[in-house]
Amino acid sequence: MKFGVVVFPGSNCDHDAFHAIGHVLQKPVEFIWHQSEDLHNCDAIILPGGFSYGDYLRTGAIARFSPVMKSVEKFANSGGLVLGICNGLQILLEAGLLPGAMMRNSGLRFICKHVHIRVEETDSPFTCAAQPGQILTIPIAHSDGNYTCDEATLKDLEKHHQILFRYTRPGGKDDAAGNPNGSTANIAGICNRAKNVAGLMPHPERAVEQVLDSNDGLVVFRSMIEALVGAAKATA
Amino acid sequence: MATAQIEIKVTPEIAAEHGVTRDEYARIQKILGRDPNITELGIFSVMWSEHCSYKSSKVHLKRLPTRGKLVVQGPGENAGVVDIGDGLVAAFKIESHNHPSYVEPFQGATTGVGGILRDIFTMGARPIAVLDSLRFGEIVPSKTTSEEEAAKNRRILDGVVRGVGSYGNCFGVPTVGGEVAFESCYAQNPLVNALALGIARKEEIFLAKAKGIGNPVIYVGAKTGRDGIHGASLLASAEFTEESQQKRPNVQVGDPFMEKLLLEACLEAMKTGAVVAIQDMGAAGLTCSTCEMASRGGTGIEIDLAKVPQRETGMTPYEIMLSESQERMLLVAEKGREQEVLAVFNKWGLDATVVGDVTDGGLLVVKDHGKVAARIPAHPLAEEGPVYNRPIAEPAPRTETEQDWFAFAADGTDLTTNFTRLLAAPTIASKRWITEQYDSMVRTNTLAGPGASDAAVVRIKETKRALALATDGNGRWCQLNPKVGAMHAVAEAARNVATSGARPIAATNCLNFGSPEKPDVMWQFSQAIDGVGEACVALGTPITGGNVSFYNETLRRSIYPTPVIGILGILEDASKVLKVAFRKEGDVIVLLDGSNSSKAGPQAPPRAGKRREFSSSQYSKSMGGIVAGQPPAIELGAEKWIIDCMVLLAAEATLQSAHDVSDGGVAVTLAESCFGATGLGASVTLPEDVAAEYALFGERGARVVVSVAPEKLGALRNTARQYGVGAHEIGKVTGDNTMRIEYKGHVVVLAPVPTLGDEWAHSLERNLKIQ
Repeated sequence: MKFGVVVFPGSNCDHDAFHAIGHVLQKPVEFIWHQSEDLHNCDAIILPGGFSYGDYLRTGAIARFSPVMKSVEKFANSGGLVLGICNGLQILLEAGLLPGAMMRNSGLRFICKHVHIRVEETDSPFTCAAQPGQILTIPIAHSDGNYTCDEATLKDLEKHHQILFRYTRPGGKDDAAGNPNGSTANIAGICNRAKNVAGLMPHPERAVEQVLDSNDGLVVFRSMIEALVGAAKATA
Repeated sequence: MATAQIEIKVTPEIAAEHGVTRDEYARIQKILGRDPNITELGIFSVMWSEHCSYKSSKVHLKRLPTRGKLVVQGPGENAGVVDIGDGLVAAFKIESHNHPSYVEPFQGATTGVGGILRDIFTMGARPIAVLDSLRFGEIVPSKTTSEEEAAKNRRILDGVVRGVGSYGNCFGVPTVGGEVAFESCYAQNPLVNALALGIARKEEIFLAKAKGIGNPVIYVGAKTGRDGIHGASLLASAEFTEESQQKRPNVQVGDPFMEKLLLEACLEAMKTGAVVAIQDMGAAGLTCSTCEMASRGGTGIEIDLAKVPQRETGMTPYEIMLSESQERMLLVAEKGREQEVLAVFNKWGLDATVVGDVTDGGLLVVKDHGKVAARIPAHPLAEEGPVYNRPIAEPAPRTETEQDWFAFAADGTDLTTNFTRLLAAPTIASKRWITEQYDSMVRTNTLAGPGASDAAVVRIKETKRALALATDGNGRWCQLNPKVGAMHAVAEAARNVATSGARPIAATNCLNFGSPEKPDVMWQFSQAIDGVGEACVALGTPITGGNVSFYNETLRRSIYPTPVIGILGILEDASKVLKVAFRKEGDVIVLLDGSNSSKAGPQAPPRAGKRREFSSSQYSKSMGGIVAGQPPAIELGAEKWIIDCMVLLAAEATLQSAHDVSDGGVAVTLAESCFGATGLGASVTLPEDVAAEYALFGERGARVVVSVAPEKLGALRNTARQYGVGAHEIGKVTGDNTMRIEYKGHVVVLAPVPTLGDEWAHSLERNLKIQ
């Protein structure tokens, strides 16, 4: 089992994702340079947070054209696990690997704080280690996290159980008061219909040790590891 | 100024337009043995500007203590460096970007952060934290501040906060702390002081010394444009007038994405072993980096401007040499290995070009397409600028009587309403609205972000240690007494670091003052230097760097003298970081007081003395509109003891929480410890003093409010006794979510914590009235 963390120019949470997987969870992980079309036989790819290509034009808009994304797209289409965190999700939306789009936060300001998200779906490789309805305390740090999609897409997402996380209040209520950025239906994270590509705005890699005030983010990576172990057993 | 290629004959009048005095001009003629040409004049004018040459401050800065056993690099390099153990060093420095932030708040603040980050990674250190010390005019209208003025101050604050956030967030360094304060004197001249901290392996520290004759000089990073010409020299070296808005084109423009690439590329290039020296192009751009590297290395440098990557066409040598375009670096590589260096910058998509080489003979030679545009001895240019011992005059003492001082309320008066108002005063209120716009967690090292502990605490991965940092400065106190005020700034920053559990080891300072041409300002400056120096010696925190910002005045009105001190500390065991919030019902609340010590203990000042002292407090300003008297007396011995006591208490894991007493006194300290907890409160009886308001809101130093589990109270007392620190048991952490303070048998504060907390937490955004 090997994780790959893609490094775009301007990625700045790449080391954090590397640390979470390599040092905290002690799993093999390596960096993949954005100009590489070779994914180094990784079993799961993480598109980390940051400001790829300065986020000029639109968040994620330039990164999707980088050479590595061609390979990531192929990898995703052949069933490989791809997780986009924050800027990574924005790139996945721009690349069309996930539906919908990102707008500026409703308050028009960058927000960095711990928020609460509820696990909406445990039947996915990104949430299988979580309890249904589990509330996670995880930080957000973004200007553009206001997820939006049209009515039909939202229905589709709901119908196919693609909404993985919703913002809530501490107690679990998913109303406007629990929504930090105005996202449609309090959506914090989604996956594709095949459930092998997922993205979320909160940063699970920043919540992996109690000294950082929360280790609730571990469940996302543990889920991926479980899924990979399961897949390996199935093919063995 | 020179914009066309025609040769302008330099005269003393043209020199004067560049801010070069007649005496300075004569000195230039002597160094060159002839008249300078216009490019040379431009070069001298920026290097000898106040901002770059420290000509008015040098004679005083010599009095600061700069040595210590942990100091690896003191003032004079891009940043100070201290040994933090495990083979690692920390590079840190604070710098001002005040004038640009008034002219163009967003860009002024971004480039302030960008500049200080470059200073850190130029040393080979990866930046791991940023703190910002900000001062603005009043944002709430009052008798002395109109709604229009308040609205303008709010816009400046908004721009600065967005600027700080935008740069740090994109660059990927956490903004973990700092402070924000409001006084009307900063309305036309906000202070934006940014501190950056980086770490490196000790043997990998880079210095800016151009060595090795024949080694290539390489320009890397952003292209040079016409932006920021004379940015530092004009903006930061003269006071403001009504025309200052016209200086907007002199403000530099920041690009954090470019800087992030530059960071990664520079650190990677340094790893090749082919880099000999490196310096960022900040103030005075290419001029400063070339002559300083040559001067420090005892060499010369020759460059050809035709090879400098340019954003615009038709730039003159004058413009290229003086441009302050951001995100640029100059480095010297080992001859024959330049390709290795260029390849790294190529990989990161950055311009990197050999523009010249290191030469023998100590000359800075600037060519333009082979034709000499400037030829100046580097050392005299960089190091032998004018030094002024400017006139100093102590201003006439203010005539004040007891009538000018704050009048205490009668015993038994309910102070709850006043307390609630004090909590909402912008300087006291929570800065959450600001700090949430900063990414405070990226790099996953932040053990205590904004407000969680008295200092910002970041761990060093792969070691057991963490570093703590705090900035402090009280302009109001320095205005009343610059020496005592400056000592308090050092003491409070050090106490904040110790209250997080870390041992203070070194300091950096940003000295914000008015015009050095005014004798009373120079008196303030000299006094403040004495205060900083004395306190740093007493507390064992040598000054490792920083900067001086003069000419902080607009229309002849100076700001309060505002030395801002940043103190760095080491926490040996990162798991023992102390935080502000109370933890558990039933814990005992103890007021630790260093000056209660039997070793010190001056006579308690009489009632009149306390009124005079209290008149300098935040409470006096907020409730009575009174700013008068004197700051509280300071006992450096007491400060040292409480610092040592806190470090040991943290190491022994005796405490549940710790929060130092500062703005707003014990009452505000207690309230903030309640706000950080959920559902807890405090019931406290304060020791009797001259008046309830003095006991609750007085700001005397050397005090910390801690909470401790009842079974550890004995251990706490033992440790406190060891340092001669008084440990007054003043109350208990309660489970009723209520704050109750009793004084002389009366309940003087009684309120639900959520009610107080709401005022404190939301005051800023309510007052800002901006989306």
